[in-house]
Amino acid sequence: MTSPMVSSSNLLHRRAVIGELLRDRGDLLCVASLGAPNWDITAVGDHPNNFPLWGAMAASVMMGLGLAIAQPNRRVIVFAGDGEMLMSLGALATVGAQKPRNLSVVVLDNERYGETGMQKTHTAAGVDLTAVAKGCAIPTCLTVKTEAEIAGLRRAVYEGEGPVFATVKIDPEALPFVLPPSDGVILTTRFRQSVLGNEALYN
Amino acid sequence: MSIGSIKAVSANPTWPDEIYQVLKEVGVQQVALVPDAGHTRLIKSFEADNSVRVVSLTTEEEGIAMLAGAWLGGQKGVLLLQSSGVGNCINMLSLPNICRMPLLMLVTMRGEFGEFNPWQVPMGQGTQPALESMGVIIRRADKPEDVTRTVAGAAHLAFNTWRPVAVLIGQNVLGAKNFKEMAQK
Repeated sequence: MTSPMVSSSNLLHRRAVIGELLRDRGDLLCVASLGAPNWDITAVGDHPNNFPLWGAMAASVMMGLGLAIAQPNRRVIVFAGDGEMLMSLGALATVGAQKPRNLSVVVLDNERYGETGMQKTHTAAGVDLTAVAKGCAIPTCLTVKTEAEIAGLRRAVYEGEGPVFATVKIDPEALPFVLPPSDGVILTTRFRQSVLGNEALYN
Repeated sequence: MSIGSIKAVSANPTWPDEIYQVLKEVGVQQVALVPDAGHTRLIKSFEADNSVRVVSLTTEEEGIAMLAGAWLGGQKGVLLLQSSGVGNCINMLSLPNICRMPLLMLVTMRGEFGEFNPWQVPMGQGTQPALESMGVIIRRADKPEDVTRTVAGAAHLAFNTWRPVAVLIGQNVLGAKNFKEMAQK
């Protein structure tokens, strides 16, 4: 019996994983890197507390850090592709030095640059992002490959003491685009209004 | 001081303490930085201030993204960097530009007045055009007595009109070093 969370090649489906992590999300704040992570968080349900990036590659983890510092009483999750994470390895060192208790970074690792023709990334050659995060003094570091491990990741994101880092090995599938608003002013304003209230519109 | 001096005008300038006060008054709560000697005193002031989070970066572009996240969460911040770090920020400046987010950068200049190190010149000379090419508004302070007012004006411009604004603090203000002279001593 195959699970809807796992592909025929026995790899996790990216949107099934994200759907499980964003289910019953409460006041969780979410940043997603450009490309597939953006479309994924939108596919499971666009939300004003989502900030899907359409550019600025390498921004997502540091945006999550600034947001986590500004909102210490809320949890923040960052979804980054493996290409995005490889471009911003230094951000893991900065997160490891800062140790924000309310930040989780989840890398969706398909070992490919998905938007540009599925070229292999360094993770396909054995680069281990979880080991990098560990080396950057991030206290909780996981690699998730099976459906059974998703529950533990969800617990770490919602109840654990951060920072949390996880590499989720996913199927290199090309899924239909599900696009959020692309206007940065709309994305920024709706997020700030949702998080900070209507007051955000006046300053 | 000889009439041909390239040292700082004052060995104990007042502007670092003044711009600390300005940044406190406008409500800065996050300070992102790659250290520069010209910002040493300002960094010390922030590090002694428990109400401000000081975050040392591995590269300057991290600070652009971090302060965008801070703004999303309702906090204002400032990025402290040297002119050489401006080049590391270029694509990341898309973020405040397209999202109409405030960004305040305080850039200490190298590669201009009195520079001894040729390697500092290309990026020093490229700093202003590089920032302007990405839509960052530039204000320059080339005299110690102008720094505080320039920073105050830039901060209000950035946070009231949601724009990226950079203050370039000239090497004339900071004084030029010469490691070659120091090596001979």
